[in-house]
Amino acid sequence: MSPRLDTPATPSSPSSPFAQVRRFSRAERWVHRSTAALMGVCVLTAACLYIPQLAELVGRRALVVTLHEWSGLLLPLPVLAGLASRAFRADLTHLNRWGPHDRVWLRKAVRRVPGPRPAAKFNAGQKLYAAWITGATLVMLGTGLMMWFTHLTPLMWRTSATFVHDWLALTIGIVLAGHIGMALGDPEARKGLRTGSVSREWAEREHSLWRP
Amino acid sequence: MTTEQPHEEQPDGEQPHGEQPDERGAPVGRRVVLGTLGLGALGLVAAPALQRGLESFLGGAAGKDPTGLTGLLPNGGGFRYYSVTSSVSRKDASNYRLTIDGLVDRPMSYTLDELTALPQTRMVRDVQCVTGWRVPDTPFEGVRLSRLLDAAGVRPSAGAIRFTCFDGAYTESLTLDQARRADVLVALRMQDKDLSHSHGGPVRLYVAPMYFYKSAKWLSGITVTEKVRPGYWEDRGYDVDAWVGRSNGRDDEPTA
Repeated sequence: MSPRLDTPATPSSPSSPFAQVRRFSRAERWVHRSTAALMGVCVLTAACLYIPQLAELVGRRALVVTLHEWSGLLLPLPVLAGLASRAFRADLTHLNRWGPHDRVWLRKAVRRVPGPRPAAKFNAGQKLYAAWITGATLVMLGTGLMMWFTHLTPLMWRTSATFVHDWLALTIGIVLAGHIGMALGDPEARKGLRTGSVSREWAEREHSLWRP
Repeated sequence: MTTEQPHEEQPDGEQPHGEQPDERGAPVGRRVVLGTLGLGALGLVAAPALQRGLESFLGGAAGKDPTGLTGLLPNGGGFRYYSVTSSVSRKDASNYRLTIDGLVDRPMSYTLDELTALPQTRMVRDVQCVTGWRVPDTPFEGVRLSRLLDAAGVRPSAGAIRFTCFDGAYTESLTLDQARRADVLVALRMQDKDLSHSHGGPVRLYVAPMYFYKSAKWLSGITVTEKVRPGYWEDRGYDVDAWVGRSNGRDDEPTA
């Protein structure tokens, strides 16, 4: 699955600033898009259930609850469906495995050292985010199901599930805002997820160890 | 475990230039996923203790917080606004009516002024919501429901009450015995102020010993019936007999 029709100049002029390199397949882009849409519905409905001003504005509590429950339940589906794609599975491997350069990247990022930081296809920040949001989503799913199907778990668990669900929701909201903020600050990264290709110049600058 | 992929060989296909720098190396991603799951499980176990600590800390902080931002935190204290409809019309002394009908000898219709003129009862209890939040020592003031029922003359065949609201959707229910309790009010005031619209004003039900969904906001109708007809949330799974601490799978401290 590698139709490189929109990569006009890769082999002949690798140094041309207009050269494009392939970053994400169509399947991967759809996994990201549908996950983002479901997460968006989840977060917006959560806000309408939770923030008094929005709750007062929107009302319709039973409908908002239903939307929230179903978007949350469906949230893992795009990733599970994506496992059918070889490119997506390969990227999961890239996200999972950490090399020495990732520690360098993290150290420089934490200490705000200026200058380039070494990264392969994904930098250490992206790897950390991907893994954390996966775990957090599963915890939200588990605690959400405990609150939804209240008769399936022991009674005391439900209050605890509400507690974890509430505080983790707040944390996810903050981290997600960071994720979106980073994307807003990097148009070329966004283009990668929109069209599947990025400029060679960007790839060499941001992901120096990546060999596309 | 979605980021967890076996360390599989990829001899062909997507990697024409051979090995990538991050195909080997420690599976830190998988560890972070598992670690997050572990922390979530730990949070579940530690929740009761953590919650008590945070409630007392945030409850204290909320009192000194002029921005009101602590109210947005979980367990930050204060009331939360829940409505089951998109918008609720506003009513005041000029157009509010409370009707009492069903199995009664004398169906009644009260204006707000007529309700205000009746003897008022003031109670100070905690408010406990079934979703977890609790507001301590909240004064409610109004007419005992039993007084209104006696004035209408409940027939012997009656066994329950159905409450309807002018939001057009919400309903509630009580057995006749529950409705006759001294701590069940048709409330006109809350926190020593006239009930505001967002708190269910001008008139709401107040059932002190039960979870707060029983205390229907925007009360407009009291119908005496033979049997209990479950209310709005009760049709959606909540308990009809909603005693605080003894229903809905919760063990909160009783409020009355």
